[in-house]
Amino acid sequence: MRTDRLVLVAGLLAACSGTGPVPSINGPKAALPVPLSAAPWEARLSVAEGYEAPAAASKVVIRGATLLLATGKTIARGTIVLDRGKIIAVGEGDLPAPDGAQVIDGSGKFVTPGIIDTHSHLGVYPMIGAAAHLDGNEMTEPVTAHVQTVDAFWPQDPGIERAVAGGVTAIQVLPGSGNLVGGRATTLKLRRGLSPREMHFAGAPDGLKMACGENPKRVYGRDKRSPMTRMGNLALQRAAFLKAQKLRRDWARWRDAETHRQAASGRKRALFEAKQGERTRRQAWCDEHHDAGPCGKWRAEWTLPLEEPDPSEPIAPPDRDPGTETLVAAMEGRVLVHVHCYRADDMLAMVALADEVGFKVRSFHHALEAYKIRGELARRGIAASTWADWWGFKLEAWDGIQENAALIHEAGMRAIIHSDSDEGIQRLNQEAGKALASGRRGGIALTEEDAIRWITANPAWALGVDGRTGSLEVGKDADVVLWNKSPFSVYAAAEKVWIDGALTYSRGGPRWSDFEAGGEK
Amino acid sequence: MNRWITLLALVAGAAEAAPAPPPSPPWIAIVGATVHTGTGEVIEGGVVVIQNGKIVKVGKGLTPPPGAEVIAAQGAVVTPGLTDPLTSLGLIEVELESTSRDDEQGGGDRIRAGFRAADGYNPASSVIAVTRAEGVTSAGVVPTGGLFSGQSAWADLDGATAAEALAEAPLALHIRLGAHAVEGQGGGGHGTAILRVREAFDDARVFARRRADWERNQTRAFAASRLDLEALNLALDRTIVTVFHVSRAADILTALAVAREFKLRAVIAGGAEAWKVASQLASAKVPVILFPLVNGPQSFDSLGARDDNAALLHAAGVAVAISTNETHNARKLRQEAGNAVRAGLPYAAALAAITRVPAEAYGLGARYGTLAPGRVANVVVWSGDPLEIGSYARAVIIRGRKVSTRSRQSALFERYRKAPTGAATGR
Repeated sequence: MRTDRLVLVAGLLAACSGTGPVPSINGPKAALPVPLSAAPWEARLSVAEGYEAPAAASKVVIRGATLLLATGKTIARGTIVLDRGKIIAVGEGDLPAPDGAQVIDGSGKFVTPGIIDTHSHLGVYPMIGAAAHLDGNEMTEPVTAHVQTVDAFWPQDPGIERAVAGGVTAIQVLPGSGNLVGGRATTLKLRRGLSPREMHFAGAPDGLKMACGENPKRVYGRDKRSPMTRMGNLALQRAAFLKAQKLRRDWARWRDAETHRQAASGRKRALFEAKQGERTRRQAWCDEHHDAGPCGKWRAEWTLPLEEPDPSEPIAPPDRDPGTETLVAAMEGRVLVHVHCYRADDMLAMVALADEVGFKVRSFHHALEAYKIRGELARRGIAASTWADWWGFKLEAWDGIQENAALIHEAGMRAIIHSDSDEGIQRLNQEAGKALASGRRGGIALTEEDAIRWITANPAWALGVDGRTGSLEVGKDADVVLWNKSPFSVYAAAEKVWIDGALTYSRGGPRWSDFEAGGEK
Repeated sequence: MNRWITLLALVAGAAEAAPAPPPSPPWIAIVGATVHTGTGEVIEGGVVVIQNGKIVKVGKGLTPPPGAEVIAAQGAVVTPGLTDPLTSLGLIEVELESTSRDDEQGGGDRIRAGFRAADGYNPASSVIAVTRAEGVTSAGVVPTGGLFSGQSAWADLDGATAAEALAEAPLALHIRLGAHAVEGQGGGGHGTAILRVREAFDDARVFARRRADWERNQTRAFAASRLDLEALNLALDRTIVTVFHVSRAADILTALAVAREFKLRAVIAGGAEAWKVASQLASAKVPVILFPLVNGPQSFDSLGARDDNAALLHAAGVAVAISTNETHNARKLRQEAGNAVRAGLPYAAALAAITRVPAEAYGLGARYGTLAPGRVANVVVWSGDPLEIGSYARAVIIRGRKVSTRSRQSALFERYRKAPTGAATGR
């Protein structure tokens, strides 16, 4: 299209540029339409991008440990080498140690990838249950896609270091589920920082938190506000995405119109400049050739000045609307959609809405009835984050069964054990162990290689960071945990935790949080 | 109105047609297991013999009596049935459905000593079957809310009626001190809470001494109702224990002082900072029921919480019991005990913390909590170490009877297990 326009411009110029003895002139430089800036959701991949401040990475070799790779494979006695923040070697037996590396004897111990929690409210609902710290639910209107947890996360939450002590290296910090659309979630590495922007997982896409069912309708319904029912839930979510569709169309229209305007303006300008250039060159030619040939006629034309075209006014772009832009980003897959949903019918209603308005659900969270619709969710490639045994605390959680994770895993879904709790996040290894044990008791064929993926590789996929972390593979981030025994044992403790190769936790080490300063025992 | 009359008639009819007494429980002999008696004793290749709902014999190399149902348990572990001392089992079906809750008296009055958990206990709750399938055979059924929450009951997790299931009611009086104790009554904190507690106990003493005067309206006005004052006297005359739900070290000491002042049989529940006052607890011989997963500052009452609380208290000589403080996940009890071991509590103490110590803390040690002749036969046969995650209850025996481990949850699993692709949506 752009090329066609240029040909057209050149043709017009040719038609005006005269003939005969006039030497051919260099073609005028046509003004190219200026590339328009990206739509806001394209430019804004992550709100926290660019602030990452990794701690110093150490050079570490662990030999003799059982390596649960989370690739489906276990190495009974192997070596893993961490250097410059990455895993640079993993293999059986004793691998050579690079110069200057710290060598750790891992005999009888276990190494796993760092645990990843897809569902945390650390920092926005901190461990200390103080009213002043309730920063997780902007329950002032049911759709708050414009808020983002990165703006509220309190990096001094004493729960953070306790999560790391449980082997957790990355979390998604979600807004709560009081709202239909709660806002943007941010994915952090649990390095010590004074701001979530220092902890941000560089390159991780933001999440969009949505919620089904009881919570939103309870929050607003009790004040006789919408949503009061599940009908209201879906209606408002639909309306929000229809608004996003409109914003997307408005931007597309604006881009098209503005591109045309700039092109037309450019054409006029180019024509003017071409004429002006030709006149200059002809003047020079006529001066040199003593007004020979057509110069008389030309000079008559030159008595009239060339009319310089006025530049056209830029068309105003659509108004900025960060919330709706976030929804558009979700529709385009730039922001991953995670939906708090318990009941099978609620999940299917959400999937139908997603089809209707044009977004994809990356994962359902809690998803206690995912087992009932596991075939459908598997077919769609939707992951499910769930608990090993939470159930019954509300009616939509009454059908929760301990075999949920095992059943959805067996059906080919990516099963994930999440915490949603400052207590549970400290023991996700145990929780995965419970889900494994429950599945086995139910006669489902499962291995520890499966269960370790429920808290590492699968959550990494759900958060869009599986290329970077979630397994012990060469080239991946050195997010690694050394356990004193099998992580599926209740007696297991993380001895050391590295995040991006930096030793972030060592058992018995000092507390970090300023909140607990002075409380050392 | 007619519906109510019909309903009342039905209820009355049901009451008249009393069910036949259950057949007497069979002889059961559990053979070949590693038996943990709950006292710290471990018997390899032990035999546990059960008859008429009681444990008859426990030992090594015993011959099962003829006619006994033999449970071959070689390679298995046998323990006393687990007890979670602080739950709302049978009182809460679904936490967020108020019509399914009977765990608190409600209303603005914070003194609810008269409220009895036993009156609302529902033996048909779906939570009970789920819980006992995991080896929890008894539970403290505890009222919540208020400053004085009311009186708990001891439930064995079997039985068709509340009367059958509840082995002891009232079990204990529950007092909740701390920052939230008097919330909703115009505020007030720790000090206000303790003021009200003292006032109520003091009034209860006077009430008991001058009951006849009170009936003639010849006493001063009391801070609590008649039913509350009567209930408080159960604690004052040491018929039942008094459980102080309290976290902060300073409040624990206050609770000990109140217990001394009114000569109460005290138990501390929660006790996040109990390790700080371990020696005082030990010398007062006051047991602590704690929550091992509370290991950080969840509130300003628990800034000193730490994961080795149980280990430190045990080392100081305090009797430590463990509770989940949950209802739907009271089944996590053994995992919590396992975590206490991980944080330094000796294994035998952790096992005792979920078997013997809860019974002893409530004054029921002669009936529950250990495997010894004469004890109620609440026994669990485990596939392995009961505190370990991969283990499960192979057989659960309550009052000498093997109970079903089926539940609404297991029925759902079986139903959907048969649909390997899940429900289709029509595409």
